[in-house]
Amino acid sequence: MNFEHTEDRRMLGDMLRRFVSEQYDFATRDAIATSDTGFRRDMWRRFAELGAVGALFAEADGGLGGAGFDIGVVFEALGRGLVVEPFLDTLVVGSAIAAVGTDAQRARLAALIDGSTVAALAHAEPDTGYALSEVGTRAERDGEGWVLDGEKAVVALGDQADLLLVSARVRGARDEAHGIALFLVPADTPGVARRGYPLIDGGRAAEVTLTQVRVPAEAALGTPDQGHDVLERAVGRGILALCAEAVGAMDCARDATLEYLQTRKQFGQVIGRFQALQHRMADLLIEIEQARSAVINAAAALDHPDRAVRERALSAAKVTIGRVGTRVAEESIQLHGGIGMTWELPLAHYAKRLVMINHQFGDEDHHLRRYIALGRALPAEAAA
Amino acid sequence: MDLEFTPEERAFRDTVRAFLRENLPERLSAKVHGGKHLSRDDMSEWHAILNARGWLASHWPVEHGGTGWTTVQKFIFENECALAGAPRIVPFGLSMLGPVLIKYGDEAQKRYWLPRILSGADWWCQGYSEPGAGSDLASLKTTAVRDGDSYVVNGQKTWTTLGQYANMIFCLVRTATEGRPQEGISFLLIDMDSPGIEVRPIITLDGEHEVNEVFFSDVRVPAANLVGAENRGWTCAKYLLTYERTNIAGVGQSTAALARLKQVARRQRRGGQALIDDVDFAARLARVEIELDNMRTTNLRVIAAAAQGGVPGAESSMLKVRGTEIRQEITALNRLAMGPYARPYVAAALESGYAGERIGPEGADSAAAQYFNNRKLSIFGGSNEIQKNIITKMMLGL
Repeated sequence: MNFEHTEDRRMLGDMLRRFVSEQYDFATRDAIATSDTGFRRDMWRRFAELGAVGALFAEADGGLGGAGFDIGVVFEALGRGLVVEPFLDTLVVGSAIAAVGTDAQRARLAALIDGSTVAALAHAEPDTGYALSEVGTRAERDGEGWVLDGEKAVVALGDQADLLLVSARVRGARDEAHGIALFLVPADTPGVARRGYPLIDGGRAAEVTLTQVRVPAEAALGTPDQGHDVLERAVGRGILALCAEAVGAMDCARDATLEYLQTRKQFGQVIGRFQALQHRMADLLIEIEQARSAVINAAAALDHPDRAVRERALSAAKVTIGRVGTRVAEESIQLHGGIGMTWELPLAHYAKRLVMINHQFGDEDHHLRRYIALGRALPAEAAA
Repeated sequence: MDLEFTPEERAFRDTVRAFLRENLPERLSAKVHGGKHLSRDDMSEWHAILNARGWLASHWPVEHGGTGWTTVQKFIFENECALAGAPRIVPFGLSMLGPVLIKYGDEAQKRYWLPRILSGADWWCQGYSEPGAGSDLASLKTTAVRDGDSYVVNGQKTWTTLGQYANMIFCLVRTATEGRPQEGISFLLIDMDSPGIEVRPIITLDGEHEVNEVFFSDVRVPAANLVGAENRGWTCAKYLLTYERTNIAGVGQSTAALARLKQVARRQRRGGQALIDDVDFAARLARVEIELDNMRTTNLRVIAAAAQGGVPGAESSMLKVRGTEIRQEITALNRLAMGPYARPYVAAALESGYAGERIGPEGADSAAAQYFNNRKLSIFGGSNEIQKNIITKMMLGL
């Protein structure tokens, strides 16, 4: 039993934190997050040069890490800086390619890892919420290739991405896990229309409409029977990443709130002396440590061979982060009072990010249901 | 980062499990799992079994009869005991007085009292709280006045757990009234058979006789029974608050209780289906299971830090608050699982040797009583509100 990171991971985490605090200060971040592009390519490349993207992938895939705790260390540091560059979608799309890609497809990984290609997952649709198995977009045979039709919702940096990972149904009912195929679609393919917009927690996304989009056979990633499982594994890594990011953001929100309680004076004393506020803060501190533990559990289970064990740990973490992240956000604003309502205060942006993480890859309710359903898949022995 | 125990720790766990399989009487574990009351003899029996194996004083130094275990080994041991349904070790002598004597007692005190704790010759109880001194313990009023080679003690202690079985009590008493309240307190060992001591039972809301009031009128106590210096007793009391509280979350108890609760929920029916498939019940069950899984890791993190020499301060308080919230939620769900059969209350059914017919499903007889009894968890040992004061004091430094 050991709760310390390896020397390599500690160095990676320290380096990233330093880079974020020196090169990605609040004013810089605010400018990037509200810009027309929603991120900065040169900044993304600098992150890549630091090895922060490579750390998300195994050596065999051209990376330097790829384990749960590598993802955890990177995203916790990103959470501290509210980084909007496309780490999450690079991780998810890259993981899917690494899992089942052909040699030609795997050759694209290098460009993802060095920051020259920006990738985005185009899976969710206007009416599907967070379900992985629900896909209305169709893929029909077109000679050797395919033709895609459908709509994809809130695709991260969708109007900036170079490469889209699109899920589309080749057979089966709309909510069936089988029959979902994945396609790597260059964003400039004819028939791909993108309507970009800003996000409340910074950065941008887009609604993507696919109209008679013709792609060659080589665009298919894995087989249609694999689509759902590949998506689940890749999104699972994304869930862990989001949870770790949330812990980094919570630590910053906590520090800011503690400092405020120690300095803000009312009624002739610092407000941290008021027990009504002390106990709310104590509850937050407990919640944050529990959230940190949930992320450790999920990182440790990320490559567990038993699907139920692995996915339950991920859903448990997302339930915890969904609940705690929202609570930390709401309480931090409340404990700051009026100033917590202002754009100029970094805390407000941590709060927005923490709440919005609950809206990516499934919220607290979604994952609680999933956790329960997965529990039924455990042998009664293990469940007891 | 590695959540697994080392091969040596796993081997130790297997040794503990084998020992429990062979030595924990099924009669006792059945009572613990069933939420039945343990008698004095039950508790003494388990105490003696552990002492015979040399595993009683897991947190004492080896030279005083302790095990020399690491913090992780202690956690494993207590966790396995809880999972197996071992009776809890009565903590007053072993976990509370023992460490204070080892740290602050003189040689004669250590030589005399420590072996008697191990052998069970003395059954200790704790005299801290008073009617007017609960969370504000330093406001205690029981006095000890020096008179020759004795102290003369007058006053009242309360919430004295298992005091009805005890022959000895360690007390915080007031020996001075000047200065801060904390500065006039002494730590005194008192024979419960002394003239002038009266023990009266307090029956708790679940009908159990677990706690007592202890009255002192002109009780003469040898001055040799003073532990540490006069007026320095608060130091001893505070030491206990930070000493070895790494198992305070009760993760083992909660794990065992949750496993039993799941069995109950699979068996109980609601609306034509198993209770465990009821959407709302399943959601509460899942939430507490997730919290417990998180807490297990939080607890291990604190232990790992303690093993490296860190002194758990705010962390112990965090474990206490969330750990007791989890334990209370599990007992609440167990009560709800019993439906209307949570209400029948046959006190005798909770005692040894009850031969009457059971009312309702298995476990229903104790479900509500346990729920009510466990309300104490967030009150004793420093209420959860006091723990939150400690947490913020440490984090805010105010």
